[in-house]
Amino acid sequence: MPDFVIDLFDNFWVALGGKLALVALMIPLIGMAIGFAEMKLSAKMQHRVGPYFAGGRWGWAQLIADGVKFFQKEDLIPEEADRPVFKIAPIFVLMGTVALFVVIPFGPGLIFRDLSVGVFYALAISSISTIGILMAGWSSANKYSLMGGLRAAGQLIAYELPLVLAVVGSIILAGTMSMSGIVEAQIDAGYPYVIFQVVGFAVFMIASLAELSRIPFDMPIAESELVMGYLTEYTGFRFLFFFLAEFANMFTLSAIAVTLFLGGYWLPGIPADTLEFAGPVILLGKVFILVFVMIWFRWTFPRFREDQLQTLAWKWLIPIALANIMITATLKVFL
Amino acid sequence: MTTSNGRRSFPGMGMTKGLWVTLSTMFKTIFLPNKHLLTVNYPKEKETPVPRARGVIALDQEACTVCMLCARQCPDWCIYIEGHKEEQAPAEPGGRIKVRAELDRFDIDYALCMYCGICVEVCPFDALFWSPEYEFSEEHMGDMLHDKERLQGWLATVPDAPGLEK
Repeated sequence: MPDFVIDLFDNFWVALGGKLALVALMIPLIGMAIGFAEMKLSAKMQHRVGPYFAGGRWGWAQLIADGVKFFQKEDLIPEEADRPVFKIAPIFVLMGTVALFVVIPFGPGLIFRDLSVGVFYALAISSISTIGILMAGWSSANKYSLMGGLRAAGQLIAYELPLVLAVVGSIILAGTMSMSGIVEAQIDAGYPYVIFQVVGFAVFMIASLAELSRIPFDMPIAESELVMGYLTEYTGFRFLFFFLAEFANMFTLSAIAVTLFLGGYWLPGIPADTLEFAGPVILLGKVFILVFVMIWFRWTFPRFREDQLQTLAWKWLIPIALANIMITATLKVFL
Repeated sequence: MTTSNGRRSFPGMGMTKGLWVTLSTMFKTIFLPNKHLLTVNYPKEKETPVPRARGVIALDQEACTVCMLCARQCPDWCIYIEGHKEEQAPAEPGGRIKVRAELDRFDIDYALCMYCGICVEVCPFDALFWSPEYEFSEEHMGDMLHDKERLQGWLATVPDAPGLEK
């Protein structure tokens, strides 16, 4: 690279702008890729073709056409709605997702900002979208939205705990909370932590499915009961924000799971000096396997009832995660 | 653990079976689309309608006697019939003048029709038939009103009546 470009990116603000532009570009691209994968795969699971005509072949342009459609829609705000809160809620939801990209290590050194409390930051910042969802439900002045928002609040708070507790095992094994530190610890150890943290990994995946409020944990949206839950009154671009946030969140939560449990950008047997280029590819591959599992679960299982949902979180996942922490800590001390 | 039909099973067995169904269906549909794809790429490929498909109602003008039974039975009142009587010359000179009903207008408004088939059932002179044709959408709703010439045209597409059941 020419010197002046490197000098330019040494400037803090230019680098920040570049990183922001990169994230702003990545979120729609990832959202569209995952959305399209979901459309196609769900169709195949039901003996259908899926998107077909848009773009001429395989319907590859379907999501672009959908995006253009959302731009054309009228931006409706209900008369009784709390206008400023209603308008800002989708931005809050998407913001939680954008902020998660900061700590995902895509390769050695390929990280927007390597925080020393990366895991803590990631789990804390992902709760911002809970507030956004509650704001959306409350401000819509619609009983379905309110019910959806309250259900979302109950569900997301309940599943935040197993999500946090499940990662503690990996943190104990690695001895650091930095995301890239955890990957390096796995490279040093020579095995991904999922081998000793199967329970933690399973609890994390179930809890992250619930955090995404996807089927089988879609009580807050529950089309058959609540119209569209907290999304009922949203149209056009603001609805697209929620949509993008869901798909991008699938990516970020899977990326966190990959980093903490599956060895992140590293595969056993790959020489360390090629990781700079192979790392992002490996990470994306692992993430898309987990995203496929999420899609697969969605199109297989029916929805939980509200009390079953809370029972699973409080009676099963949290005790299991706590037991996992105790066993991991005990073994770490004595072995 | 026992399932509802009394068989012994492991916990989570049902979930695993469900996952297997979706996964195997996905691979079958991807790799053997000819055998496992249940949908048809409609405007390019078409399904053959079943023998008694209810597509559109055809009219045989010659058989119609303007008895109005169909129009009166129609739940939507979407059939419009007008006719007049025509006097015919007697069969032999000095005989009684014959009166025959002539059909002036027979319209079915397919924007209203709900394809219940009561008119076909009720017609005593077999003037109405089901045709399997289904592609008659229009850009304007008014064009969905088919006049008697158009209804007569559908008659060519009516399949032969299936044989009587023994």
